[in-house]
Amino acid sequence: MELAFPVIGWRVITPMLLVTGTGFACLLLDLLPPKERKGHVAAVGLLGLALAGLATGLLWGQRETAFREMVALDEFALFFNLLFCVATGLVLLLSHGYIRRQGIEQGEYYILVLFAALGMMLMAAGTDLLIIFLGLELMSLSLYVLAGFFRTRPASNESAMKYFLLGAFATGFFLYGIALIYGATGTTSLPRLAEALARAELGRDPLLFAGLGLLLVGFGFKISSVPFHMWAPDVYEGAPTAITALIATGSKAAAFAALLRVLLGPMRGLQPDWLVLVWILAALTMTLGNVVAIAQSNLKRMLAYSSIAHVGYMLIGVVVGTQLGAAAVLYYLAAYTFMTAGAFGVILLLERRGAEAVQLGDYAGLAARHPLLALLLALFLLSLIGFPPTAGFVGKFYLFSAAIEAGYVGLAILAVLNAVIASYYYLRLIVYMYMREPEGEPVVAALTPAAGLGLAVAVWGTLHLGLAPGPLIGLAQGAVGPFLP
Amino acid sequence: MVPVGYYTTLSAVLFTIGVVGVLVRRNPLVIFMSIELMLNAANLAFVAFGREAGQLDGQVIVFFVMTVAAAEVAVGLAIIVAIFRARQRINVDDLNLMRW
Repeated sequence: MELAFPVIGWRVITPMLLVTGTGFACLLLDLLPPKERKGHVAAVGLLGLALAGLATGLLWGQRETAFREMVALDEFALFFNLLFCVATGLVLLLSHGYIRRQGIEQGEYYILVLFAALGMMLMAAGTDLLIIFLGLELMSLSLYVLAGFFRTRPASNESAMKYFLLGAFATGFFLYGIALIYGATGTTSLPRLAEALARAELGRDPLLFAGLGLLLVGFGFKISSVPFHMWAPDVYEGAPTAITALIATGSKAAAFAALLRVLLGPMRGLQPDWLVLVWILAALTMTLGNVVAIAQSNLKRMLAYSSIAHVGYMLIGVVVGTQLGAAAVLYYLAAYTFMTAGAFGVILLLERRGAEAVQLGDYAGLAARHPLLALLLALFLLSLIGFPPTAGFVGKFYLFSAAIEAGYVGLAILAVLNAVIASYYYLRLIVYMYMREPEGEPVVAALTPAAGLGLAVAVWGTLHLGLAPGPLIGLAQGAVGPFLP
Repeated sequence: MVPVGYYTTLSAVLFTIGVVGVLVRRNPLVIFMSIELMLNAANLAFVAFGREAGQLDGQVIVFFVMTVAAAEVAVGLAIIVAIFRARQRINVDDLNLMRW
């Protein structure tokens, strides 16, 4: 008997291989002295991410699958690869000074961030539910550890525990959903799933619907949509701020990538069935997120609820399901990455009495003491509101106009009303920074060159995507091409 | 041969027990065991459905799930130990530093 040696499509997974290699290189590098300073590990990590981004750019426009159609190389995966490289790179830049000041500078931190990025890439490129599951777990397990990286702080422990228990619970739902879909169709591969669903008799199998429902619960947890959002505020508050930024940007984008690939790919034929569900999720998520955010006095918690609200906006694009709608989600994710990473990036630089300045009161009169940081934070907040000429405005514009074009006027009106509510709590912070007198002990800022570079990139992204949105929206429309021609 | 329906029913029952366990128990270790039960219910369903379809895919997936579950145990127990060290007791009702 002759064994056929399978063809391995290394080229398809080049960006992922680069990140994996960098992760392993960092693991070894971490063992070498100096023991106290780990800046070089971060530098190698950044280099690896830059290489992965470069490889992504070189592979652009190609379409290929490998490993028996389990991993795809298409514009969709490449777009998200680029997004993850940027998000993770920003987090690495912002982390370096931060974790040193907080006394948790360890090589494992950077390595786990890299492996989380690898998991995200796998989720966006996976065309098999099993691969998406593995990517999800790789990302989540790394993030659980990172959320609890302040090992001696009760709040960080608590956030890791809550994130872990609820995340693992969601994983159970996700996996059982995959099992049921496998039972109904006999495959976990998305292309073969699409073929199986095209056969009419399968279309109304209760097993399939139960599977899809459980899958949506799993996704709902990961993107923190209402009513599966309860973990988000606590985890965002307790985790190291740089990791909060990664959870808010990268992990959310990865979950959206997989959600779009599943729902608008093979499950597209079932759109009439899941549409109402996602519609309700979108409406609830943005409304509850914004209303509860008003009541928050802790900035990290406020941004957590704000991120829940933004998930609600992005779900509109999933409901719409047209090419423009899906492209608007991709654009919004990119814009959201820059402005949220930037906002957390400013917050993590500020300290008062040796503790992180996260209370609203800490920001009173910030503009007088740290005019530049206050200006940057104000810019990111204005972008989160959706003020022109920032990235947030263009993102909202594309999303809402896609909704109106596809006839979801009610949802668009609700979203605009929500954006108005949201401006209250963002503007309140700006009012605190610019129109209040500073009180109490001064807030000190620890701006390092690396963090400065990170903030500069975030500002560039926020303004550039707002002033010249054309190229990126073109890329996003090309990116959703594989399943929405 | 035992019909596949029996296995899938058992798996559904196990999954439900797992979900209920997560929701009603207060000890993180027991919650964690309930989550493992959910994963194993999914494993049973994979094997049963794979057999029904006459494929090996279902059984191969189980190996992946077991690997992931093992990694999850390592991380989960580490977090539980970290909390136990800080507080000398573990109960999810005590995890109330942050709310609303």
